[in-house]
Amino acid sequence: MTTALSRRGFLLRSGALGCSLAASPLITPMTFAAAPWENRLVVILLRGGMDGLDVVQPYGAPEFDTYRGGLIESNRAGERDLDGYFALHRKLDKLRPLWDSGELSFAHAVSTPYRDKRSHFDGQDLLEAGTGEVSGYSRSADGWLNRLMQSQDVPFDLRTAFAVGREELSILSGPAEVSNWAPNTVLPISPTTERLMEVVYHDDPLFRESIKEAIELAGEISPTDLNFDESDDMMRTMVQSVNKGQKSKSHVQLAKFTAQQLKAETRIAAFSIGGWDSHNKQTNTIGKPLENLGDVLLTLKRDLGPVWDKTAIIAMTEFGRTVRINGSGGTDHGTGGAMIFAGGAIRGGKVFTQWPGLAQDQLYQERDLMPTEDVRTYAGATIQGLFGIDQRTIESVIFPGLDMSARPKVTL
Amino acid sequence: MFNSETAAIRFGTGLSPVLEPPVDVAQMMATLLDKDQSALRFPVKKYGDFSQEFRDLTKVSRAYNKARKNGDIAQERALRKQRAAARRKIARQGSQDIENELVRGVTAQDGFRERLVWFWADHFTAHLKTGYGRTLTSSYIEEAIRPHVTGDFSDLLKSAALHPVMLRYLDQVRSIGPNSVLGQKNAKRGLNENLAREILELHTLGVDGSYAQADVREFARLLTGHNVKPNGLPTFVKRQAEPGDKRILDRRYAGSDSNQRATQTFLDDLSANPDTARHIAYKLAVHFVSDHPDPHLVAHIAQAFERSGGALMSVYGALLEHPAAWDAVDEKAKQPFELIVSSLRALGVTAYPQSEKNPRRRNILLYGPLILMGQPFRLPPGPDGWPEAIEDWITPQGLAARIQWVMTVPEVLVQGQLPDPREFVQTALGTRASERLRFAASAAESRREGVGLILSSPEFQRR
Repeated sequence: MTTALSRRGFLLRSGALGCSLAASPLITPMTFAAAPWENRLVVILLRGGMDGLDVVQPYGAPEFDTYRGGLIESNRAGERDLDGYFALHRKLDKLRPLWDSGELSFAHAVSTPYRDKRSHFDGQDLLEAGTGEVSGYSRSADGWLNRLMQSQDVPFDLRTAFAVGREELSILSGPAEVSNWAPNTVLPISPTTERLMEVVYHDDPLFRESIKEAIELAGEISPTDLNFDESDDMMRTMVQSVNKGQKSKSHVQLAKFTAQQLKAETRIAAFSIGGWDSHNKQTNTIGKPLENLGDVLLTLKRDLGPVWDKTAIIAMTEFGRTVRINGSGGTDHGTGGAMIFAGGAIRGGKVFTQWPGLAQDQLYQERDLMPTEDVRTYAGATIQGLFGIDQRTIESVIFPGLDMSARPKVTL
Repeated sequence: MFNSETAAIRFGTGLSPVLEPPVDVAQMMATLLDKDQSALRFPVKKYGDFSQEFRDLTKVSRAYNKARKNGDIAQERALRKQRAAARRKIARQGSQDIENELVRGVTAQDGFRERLVWFWADHFTAHLKTGYGRTLTSSYIEEAIRPHVTGDFSDLLKSAALHPVMLRYLDQVRSIGPNSVLGQKNAKRGLNENLAREILELHTLGVDGSYAQADVREFARLLTGHNVKPNGLPTFVKRQAEPGDKRILDRRYAGSDSNQRATQTFLDDLSANPDTARHIAYKLAVHFVSDHPDPHLVAHIAQAFERSGGALMSVYGALLEHPAAWDAVDEKAKQPFELIVSSLRALGVTAYPQSEKNPRRRNILLYGPLILMGQPFRLPPGPDGWPEAIEDWITPQGLAARIQWVMTVPEVLVQGQLPDPREFVQTALGTRASERLRFAASAAESRREGVGLILSSPEFQRR
């Protein structure tokens, strides 16, 4: 099942709700063991199909300019150059210091095993499932981050894995319990009501523990200027909660909240940044999500402080986009694309790639960047480097069917 | 055994200050057999009635694609606007259905019917995947499901599983017989097993049912030809239909008969299969009574299903006459939409306020909060529908969103007329209200908070 709902661990999955639970020691969150790892992993899902060829531009490819007439970066051999062949989109200029200090790198000409139908829906399903093929079977399956947790015989804290935001994150769904919280959730209750609610929930462990956790999570970001006697004020919280998801700065909130959790018990977090489906006027449409991504990475770095050095961030998307620009100044759904790594724990300053070239016969179906590597290989190499998970587990459980023998070294 | 409060809360849409709860099972069954009053009073546009809008959209989309291909920028821009307008027209009509669906539950004389419609809509989960199309789920339910909930399961199955929305949702429109006329021309296109698998696994036999991968494959061959026209209406495309025999569950189908007719026969056979009876019985018991239902209750319902040949009235009768359906504690959580409906019903709301009838307000009061509570309206995450377990709903995030809604929105929808919490606790919960809750209701600082506390309580959130 994949709902965006959390699957908190303080309750056993048992039909016998009630008294047996009240007696269970497991319902006190703090009795759980400490985090299993020192390192942290953040997976950012770039929904909509990020155009890897625009973000990390292969200006060294002789054909690039003929395909990308309107989308060529200025100063690409100068300040925006990465390695003499690739250049970074100007909307990511603010990440230059990370590149220079070895905390940012890229993989190019990568994709999931998804081919040909180029549907966002299927593509994202596969990206999050981490499996080898779309079976034409839209049933929600386990996400690969959840299988990662299932495969580890270590004591997980309740907040070891965190799905941040109110969007569905099937990458984390499955039997292993994960936390979920949307930072714009507001609990509009006055201190008196909070106390009365404790009375009302006293005899029902499920409600009692859920509200305790909610108050703790909401407390960290709750507005302080609420007047609980004013119904207009109360309604305003609802308007804000509903609207905030679409508001421009909500991504920074996601990053702040995620950093807060990573500094505490959380070791794995995921959230998404949308807006990459740049069919029209790409010079404009890709700017916003790129700025958002830049803000998110810098917010994480700033808020994580020393924990940044133990953190690896992977940003991945469901597919790349067509090599050629379409009739409306944008690009259509394609195949090969790019992924982004950041953090103090990654090997930065590199564009990892088995570059296929851009000549007509080097393209996939004469239209898309040819994918030469699987995004799962990079994700697998990252979790192996971060958490020391053995290769066989990755190849058989987390990414079933993946061959990691030619994996790059992406972590320090 | 039977008890009026449980009838209203567990099998209906809740207690109300203005509507009487059921007096006995016979009355519940009689009301259900009677005319569908709510559907008449609060109409929801049927999917098929959108065919003109679909045709208009198809026309403008084709023109747009042509202009784009020809590189005619001005034309392309104008047509893109027209296409957006055509999509908006559909989405606007579709998204206002939530008001009538809501008010049906809030004002229903037979809340049981509404609950059954929701149950079957979840059992036959399907929706269009396009932005504007996602608003049309109510129209699918109205057309394919609601008219059949008191009839035979086989009719409900044939109506829902072969509905255009389902054919699209489960990729049947992409499935082509490899040996059909079109399949022979284009070797790249072939069978898609998705719908065949889900009909067996989710809609009828159940995942533990006795069928094998070979049956899925053969059933997928049989389903070929079922497709959807550009105007959204169903069609049968002979040129896509796989010819020849299909052997499913040890019986031969089609042969010289058409896939279309043989599919109807096979769906009838599936409806009569004992595995289907058990699967449906189990799901009904889980949804209405307990995540771990009494096996006797399940067996009793399954038996009624088998004996009656899937006559759903007999099936419901078996559910309601069994003591285990009534004696269990309130183990289930109301799903978010049930919570919204039962809250407004308890508050005596009789209509959706005129002042709140615009897309923005609808989003703030209903659509948005439902997303926060984990149940975007009529858009379950997969074909297996919403989760049933209470732990999937009562989570820190889910509960916080429920509390946020009950503390803010009811006041708007009752237009400021909130009741005295000390009375409301009785209206909303009757004998279910605990002493602790009665105390809290009387101690609250304001009507809004008192009512909010009652609606937040485990007694009200459970059923």
